[in-house]
Amino acid sequence: MATTIVPEAAGRAADAVEAPPIQKVSIVVSHGSLEGIYPALIMANGARMEGIEANLFFTFFGMDAVHRKNQERVHVATVGNPALHLPSLIGVLPGMSTLATRRMQHEMEKLDIPPIPEFIQLVADSGARLFACKASVDMFHWAKDDFVDAIEDIITVGQFYEMAAGGQIIFT
Amino acid sequence: MSTTVPTYHQLDLDAEGFLQKPEQWNEDIAREIAAENGIALTDAHWKVVRFMRDRFLSTGNAPTIRTLGKESGVSVKELYLLFPKAPAKLAAKIGGIPKPHGCI
Repeated sequence: MATTIVPEAAGRAADAVEAPPIQKVSIVVSHGSLEGIYPALIMANGARMEGIEANLFFTFFGMDAVHRKNQERVHVATVGNPALHLPSLIGVLPGMSTLATRRMQHEMEKLDIPPIPEFIQLVADSGARLFACKASVDMFHWAKDDFVDAIEDIITVGQFYEMAAGGQIIFT
Repeated sequence: MSTTVPTYHQLDLDAEGFLQKPEQWNEDIAREIAAENGIALTDAHWKVVRFMRDRFLSTGNAPTIRTLGKESGVSVKELYLLFPKAPAKLAAKIGGIPKPHGCI
């Protein structure tokens, strides 16, 4: 259920120096695993819901989140992921990653967190702007057509910084 | 002496102006909150506000933006046009329910 705010704590927060509200966030998504992509999408969606401008910049394997074919295949990393509390030797077994991914997707669905393709469209519909990184696109030999429609453009890192000017940059 | 109907600011509100007691809400209050937020309520606004309120009253939780977009009859894009900046929060405030606490 909803958490109750202790009046004393609320009072203390109000006494603190009032910081200006965040106006804009630009989030760099560099990892292509499920756990690499979701936090960025949740933060972008959360920003829009608070009226904060949001840009998403997909680079390296993070581009899988917005790649037409690959976005359906994003998985949880079961190797080299100590927080799964699963020995890496078990993590390599066939089907482990699929199993972990399915379990996590099930838990997320219960919280009404959409699958990645739907989530990408949701943040785009919310007014967040989505871009792919030119250097990574060139490296992977991909083109604009390889990406979902929500990707507005392929931009350079310089253009990204221009867009991010005056706001906060978050790297995930 | 006639009894006066309480206005929005005479109700039990939190620091941000969300109603603390949904039962104090009525349509005039909704119009008053909307006007204070620069919104003149249209049929589309009412659809969202009623959906939000009904869902809260039946489940105890405000719906997520995903559910609003899928089930309220108004798309996510439209939600942001109807309730500028913060659709879920604004619709909850106008619908007379406490501030939504979810992350989604």
